[in-house]
This record gives sequence, structure tokens and C-alpha cells, in this order.
Amino acid sequence: MSLRYEVKRIYRDLLYLGREYPLGYDYFRPRCHQAFMSQAGETDPEKVREGIQQAEYVKKEIEALYRLKKYRALKQSYG
Amino acid sequence: MTSLRILVPIKRVIDYAIKPRVNATKTAVMTSGVKMSMNPFDELSIEESVRLRERNGDAVQDILAFSAGPAKAADTLRTAMAMGADRALLVELDEKRPEEIDLEPLAVAKLLREVVRQEGCNMVICGKQSIDDDSGQTGQMLAGLLGWGQATQAAKVEVQGSEVVVTKEVDGGEEVVRVKLPAVVTTDLRLNEPWGFPISCQRRYATLPNIMKAKKKPMEKKTLADFNVEFRKRLETVEVVEPPPRQGGGKVDSVDGLISRLKELGAI
Repeated sequence: MSLRYEVKRIYRDLLYLGREYPLGYDYFRPRCHQAFMSQAGETDPEKVREGIQQAEYVKKEIEALYRLKKYRALKQSYG
Repeated sequence: MTSLRILVPIKRVIDYAIKPRVNATKTAVMTSGVKMSMNPFDELSIEESVRLRERNGDAVQDILAFSAGPAKAADTLRTAMAMGADRALLVELDEKRPEEIDLEPLAVAKLLREVVRQEGCNMVICGKQSIDDDSGQTGQMLAGLLGWGQATQAAKVEVQGSEVVVTKEVDGGEEVVRVKLPAVVTTDLRLNEPWGFPISCQRRYATLPNIMKAKKKPMEKKTLADFNVEFRKRLETVEVVEPPPRQGGGKVDSVDGLISRLKELGAI
């Protein structure tokens, strides 16, 4: 029950982050959705936890991507 | 250690990723229908004040985010609170009155002086400049008006007792300044980013759950009339123009061609 909630939470977080994805939300959302749907039948709690771990990793990567993009743009303008 | 009450002034500006367009009368940059977000240098200020709290614990009593801008600047302040500010103060400017909107740096500094006095702040951390006007004056003027010390373009901030030690990046090395509290600090690009490499450290992003939580934090709203400050315009914008398009470079066929071209330009 709580795992189900956790998966939904990370999915929502990712979608929220995806709004600012450089290639656009329309690029991000279907891919994110597909990535989750491909694992939808997973019932082993251990595997689900692994999936959540992976989603957390992707989330961190996206945040880092945004930070780096902003940093580079600013560095170009302000040195 | 002296307990800190930190004021972080924030400006809502055109998003850094947007290419600004000049309006038809060449008096300003078009802002309608353009994505707006928090000035990136102000994000660094918020981040640094939250980190000061993490490093120094309860010594940081209060982190107040302040903004003077249109009603929508409230969203920017919510973001600031999602990133870790405790509360926010918005001075709402009337968009229909041209003398109110687009406050000049001096007017903002005077406004901040009043806020500092009313709220009893003893440290102001502001961005070194905003990416729309690029004046880079507010922090310095505020320090002058308050009679406080200032440390500008901080790349590292440490509080030691009743002093702040600030490291700045200068040509060919680092400059370290020591300033007594109360003080004004302005942030440079690589603050919170040791080794100049941003991925290496985790900067917090205003995540969805944090934004929801920030809705419960207090936000006070005031108007310019609540402050006994003169906001007369002192500067006149003569013209706003886009930068000239870049001149393309030329290609040379051979080494001889390159040498003769360089000689032509007087480079060798």
C-alpha cells in the first residue's frame, strides 16, 4: 500500500520536474509515462523498491542537468 | 557566535533561458507573456543562507525573503520559501503606475533599509546583480545607507564569532575579506559551488512537496505607502537596443593565406 503511494509520489515529482525539460514537456511526459508503465506489472516489493531507487536517481540527474544548464548560461554571460 | 537574522532580497526577472526582445519604441524590454523566474544570483543568496543555517545551527534565527514587485512576485517568494526561507515580505507595486514599477537601485536600497530596521535584521545576503537591469548597485548602496560593512561578490561565506569571512574570486587568485556584523554580502556565481563544478554539490531545487509546504509559511504583504521613502525617478532610459549581430569570421585556404591575413590585420 505504502509502496504504491511512493511510486505515485516519485512519478508526480518527475512530471513536475519535466515541465522545464529542455526538449519540452511533450517530449518528457510520454517517455516518463512509458518508463513507469513498462514496470506496471511488477509485484515483487524488492523489485519495486529498486525501481523507486532508479527513479530517485533519474530525478537527481535531471536536477543536476538543470543546474548545470543554468550555471553554464550564466557563466557565459557573467564569467 | 552572534545570532543571525538574515534578509534575502529577491527580484522576479525574465527567465535566464529566454532571449529578451526590445519593444517597438526602444524604451524597454518586453515582459508581457514572457516566462519569469527568480534572479539566479538571488537563488544563490537563499541557498547560502540555508547553508549558513545548516552549518551554524540555531545561530541563524530567521531567514526573511523580500521582494518588491508586481503581485506575481508572490510566486517567486513562494519558491524562495520552498528553498528554505522561513517567511516572506512582499511590497506589492502597482503595475498601472509607471513610477512604481521598475524601482531604481537607490529606491530599492532605501526600501531595504527600512525593512532591515523594522525586522531587526543583522545580515543581508543579496545577489550581486539582477540579470535584467544588471545595475549591480543595490547591495553596495544599502551598505552605504545603513553604515554597515560590505563584502561583495562572495564565492565563500563563513561566519566566525561576530565577523563574516568572505572569499572572493579575483584575477589570478582569491581575495579574503573580513567584515564585522552587521554586514551586507553580495553573491557571486560560484558561491556554494566549490571547485567551480556545480554537480559536485547538491543544491536544493524547489521540489513539488517543498512548494506545497511553503504555502503554509507566512507571507506578509505591504505597499510602498507603508514606507516613508522617496521613490522619485532619477534615471532616464535613453534607448534600449539589441546587441549587434555577430560578424561571421572568414576562412583561409592555406598557411600562406593565414600569414598574409594576419599581417594585413597587423597581428604579426
